[in-house]
Amino acid sequence: MAMTRFLIRRILTGIVVLWIVTTATFFLFFARNPTIVARSLAGRAATAAIIAEVTRNLGLNQPIMVQYWHFLTRIVHFNFGLSYYFGRIPVDSILARDLPRTASVVVGGVVLWLVVGISVGILSATKARSVFDRVSTVGVLAGISMPTFVLGELLLLFIYVPLNEHGFTWVNTGYVGLSQGIGPWTGTMILPWVTLATVQAAVYTRLSRGTLLDTLGEDYIRTARAKGLTERRVVYRHAVRAALTPVVSQLGIDVGALLGGVVVVETVFGIGGLGQDAITAVYNGDLPTIIAFVILASTFVVVANIIVDMMYAVLDPRVRIT
Amino acid sequence: MSITELEFQATAAQTGTVTGAIEGRSQWQLTWRRLRHDKMAVASMIVIIVIAILAILAPVFAALTHHGQAQVFPNTGLSASGGPLSPGSHGFLFGTDELGRDLFIRVLYGARISLFVGLSTTAMATVAGVSIGLVTGFFGGWVDAVLARFIDTVLAFPFVVLALSLAVVFGPSLTIVIAVITFFSWAGISRVVRGQALSIKEKEYIEAARSLGASPWRIMFVDMLPNLIAPVLVLATLSIPAAIVFEATLSFLGLGIQPPVASWGNILSDAQSYYQIAWWYLVFPAAALLITTLAFNLLGDGVRDALDPRTERIFAAGRRRKRRMAGTGTTQIDDMVASILADSEEG
Repeated sequence: MAMTRFLIRRILTGIVVLWIVTTATFFLFFARNPTIVARSLAGRAATAAIIAEVTRNLGLNQPIMVQYWHFLTRIVHFNFGLSYYFGRIPVDSILARDLPRTASVVVGGVVLWLVVGISVGILSATKARSVFDRVSTVGVLAGISMPTFVLGELLLLFIYVPLNEHGFTWVNTGYVGLSQGIGPWTGTMILPWVTLATVQAAVYTRLSRGTLLDTLGEDYIRTARAKGLTERRVVYRHAVRAALTPVVSQLGIDVGALLGGVVVVETVFGIGGLGQDAITAVYNGDLPTIIAFVILASTFVVVANIIVDMMYAVLDPRVRIT
Repeated sequence: MSITELEFQATAAQTGTVTGAIEGRSQWQLTWRRLRHDKMAVASMIVIIVIAILAILAPVFAALTHHGQAQVFPNTGLSASGGPLSPGSHGFLFGTDELGRDLFIRVLYGARISLFVGLSTTAMATVAGVSIGLVTGFFGGWVDAVLARFIDTVLAFPFVVLALSLAVVFGPSLTIVIAVITFFSWAGISRVVRGQALSIKEKEYIEAARSLGASPWRIMFVDMLPNLIAPVLVLATLSIPAAIVFEATLSFLGLGIQPPVASWGNILSDAQSYYQIAWWYLVFPAAALLITTLAFNLLGDGVRDALDPRTERIFAAGRRRKRRMAGTGTTQIDDMVASILADSEEG
């Protein structure tokens, strides 16, 4: 019951946030001279005829509030207009093509990132000052200092190129759909996953190591040990659960950074997902695609934050969801 | 004051004159002393100074080699097949790129952009972050509620979305890069300062200042600020490499510094198409970027440790252990006592 109420409330706030983002996007892009707007909507290589067509189709000569209303109704119907750069095809069909690619990167990357980050952190904390701990601390520092795109490029240079030279072509760049089989799909995804996960995992290793070390010094842990519980039970049942709450709240903050990482990874490995197409759209002044990306990205952040808050409540019984 | 206390002070004064007066050390002297003993931090500092000198001297190197950062050498700077030239040939220390430009000079000029963006955004973010954090923490109430919510929003905001939108509307430029990075950097500092301010404002000396009639602004910036310097210093040092990575990423995506002006990010973006035939094109700028960010991160960690008084004991324990290994002077019991003390202090 409490959970349902919480969900409804968060979804309503989420809708308000999205409305604000959409409105801001609209006024940022459209509250200018109609000719300039038409030109930027039509892409950099637009002819006068296309610009006239855009102005007519979108009613750019109408009052701004009328345009705003049309814009909102189109968005609500998931109609993002035509991409003039990508050959006058609807933006929706670009999104439909890109979404599985981006989803492949995100899901695999996030799983790897959390599993590696948190488990290395836990092992480091339970074996503090061991060789493993020291090695992982150095690795974390390198990971934090490493920009995502540099790691991606280095993996291409030092892993992908030598492997392919020796006829080991399973590891590949670009994108192969899951329909082509799970093997080729994993082959194109493995380097992007590693790239996306490594940089993010470093932060989580440091965080989970730190909080777990603090938690292991708490009185209730001593009590648990004094009761004669096995060390394993003390660590995994009593300590880890409490130590994970700051990690989860960090997760909410990092959703935005994750999005940036996805854009970078897609560009480096030529996956052709939403992020890469958004960047291409910027190069070519393809405004409809950019607007679609901004709104989709904001939706992702809002939804991810609701999920994170729910996880938070599940992990920490002291957090009451209201 | 009781007789015994007087006696005690007298003897203390006496022994003081006998053994030589103990010199008082300020908090900053102690911190500096700890930092100097941290080999990693010292090495990082040297690396950063060297990079800074190289960056400042970039025009000098350009004049010496007669290679401008955007100057193209189609005759001497390209291989027979028209590709990038490998390092060391024809006087190109790091080789050339696909247009026949000197990669070494471009990497040096890239350092100027990186350091400038790193330092300027950190300076602005620190001033903004500290001011906003102090005001929210000190006043509390609705000011705090509103600003804390705003800080959370900024922290969770997807930077790519803002950078993309600004690049489309205003066109990518150095100004936009600095604005975007500053916008995302102050919030983290603000949050920490706010937390510190919340606890400091309950201290007695703040109450004393208030009872003396000090204005809120005087209390915030004269009484509270000096006690916040330590965490702010650590955060600022660590926010420099973050800003450098941020700039490189934006430039890599084409949302930042625009060619032909060299930035490590846009060099690496161009290198992306040539890594199969020209490893140096990718490796040198990547190495420059990694060394710089790693040095700043290590220095930041060093500063944090140096500001933490517990570190002194860890160093002392290290020194004792070393002495023990060398086997000079101390007896076994001394060693045992020392190690027990060190362990209990560290734990």
